[in-house]
Amino acid sequence: MNDLSGAFATAFGLILTLDPQLAEIVALSLRVSLTAVCLAGLIGLPLGAALAVTRFPGRRAVIVVMNALMGLPPVVVGLLVYLMLTNHGPLGSFQLLYTPAAMIIAQTILITPIIAALARQTVEDLDGEYDEQLRAFGLSTFDRIQTLLYEGRMRLTTAFLAGFGRAIAEVGAIIIVGGNINHVTRTMTTAIALETSRGEFALALALGIILLALALGINALLTSLQREPNVVPRFGARL
Amino acid sequence: MQRAANPAPQKEAPDPPHTARMLPVAGQGLIVTRAGRTILDGVDLALGTKPGTTIVLGPNGAGKSVLIRVLCGLLGPDQGTVTWGGTAPDRARVARIGLVFQKPVLLRRSARANIEYALGVTGTPKAERRERAEGALRRAGLAHFGETNARVLSSGEQQRLTLARALAVKPDILVLDEPAANLDPASTAAIEDVLRGMRDAGTPIVLITHDLSQARRLGDEVVFLHKGQVKERTPAADFFARPKSPEALAYINGEIVL
Repeated sequence: MNDLSGAFATAFGLILTLDPQLAEIVALSLRVSLTAVCLAGLIGLPLGAALAVTRFPGRRAVIVVMNALMGLPPVVVGLLVYLMLTNHGPLGSFQLLYTPAAMIIAQTILITPIIAALARQTVEDLDGEYDEQLRAFGLSTFDRIQTLLYEGRMRLTTAFLAGFGRAIAEVGAIIIVGGNINHVTRTMTTAIALETSRGEFALALALGIILLALALGINALLTSLQREPNVVPRFGARL
Repeated sequence: MQRAANPAPQKEAPDPPHTARMLPVAGQGLIVTRAGRTILDGVDLALGTKPGTTIVLGPNGAGKSVLIRVLCGLLGPDQGTVTWGGTAPDRARVARIGLVFQKPVLLRRSARANIEYALGVTGTPKAERRERAEGALRRAGLAHFGETNARVLSSGEQQRLTLARALAVKPDILVLDEPAANLDPASTAAIEDVLRGMRDAGTPIVLITHDLSQARRLGDEVVFLHKGQVKERTPAADFFARPKSPEALAYINGEIVL
């Protein structure tokens, strides 16, 4: 209880004084996770949509694997990315280990399956509804994907939210490939892990409160953008 | 082919070359079976050979919708061939058939943007789209709904919008699958007005309907379909006065035809 009230006091103190170190940590967290969610969107949206509108042998299996990858354990992703980026690894020459870039790569891998799987579901549902009309337009597969992604734009923000939520909250992958280096790769979650292990519960909780507030704020922002005239599509008055 | 009792005006200008390649929309020996049921049983039919409105009549399950989808290239026949202007259907020409389905399918954007989208995919230059979309909205009585999200329009307005979208692209032939089923009388009247205007402008129209009075109001000729076969193709006035097939006679007399 003491910890909690102390945490709130510490949190507000840090926020009100615009603590520069806190600002640095928050900014890096946002930079890493927002970049990762954008990259994952660039990969995942076309991938999911293409999977939704094409038919090929083994498609079911690909979908099952993709859905399973939504639950990728962050530490495993961290480990694999570490092995790729370490000096002796295949991508070691890029010297990316313990940089924000490594963290972005790890989080992108982590959330691309989430965005792709949700995009696949959304676009496939829309495709079922629009199929005949889109064929009557004589669309190519590419144009069809583009149109359906645009039509699903409101629902696809949810995919972005899910991806962002996972990225901003995860610690396992970025602590392995980032190393929680002060001023370089320290994010809110890695700092919380560190402060907890040091017994600095108040500071850890304060960071946790700020993390929650940020997640809430970004969700609220995107949800307000998401608002559309929420009508059930009416297909001829069926009285 | 007998002359239509309600003759459509002849086009003054000769057919532009692209029309010659699209029409007629024809099928030979079309057979479609689904789940062991024969839906089309050897249909030979050429549509759009001349201007005017062709009504496709027949009881439920006669194969009307399937026939139209096969002819428009949306469904492949199990046997038989479909040709557009003498050549096999291809995706590039699908959009030259103006299709209106029973259930309007509209994109999640404004009414005008829906039409502009259709103009875009059919290759209308961007500069012309807005003007043509607004013209089409006016013709469908939707001039005030241009900026309204298409998805919040009433069902009658939505169906008029799909018709506006179909006519905006200046289709070679207009095909409608029960466009006015379940609509209010005002929307039905608005749709029929647009169809008369297009017919008088020389666009061949194919209209599937269950509404016999609508068929009488709009039809130049009637194709009667029963159990997947074309039972007769007759000028509308003759059809309603003395149908040639017993099934059609029973149908227009209001008997239940199975």
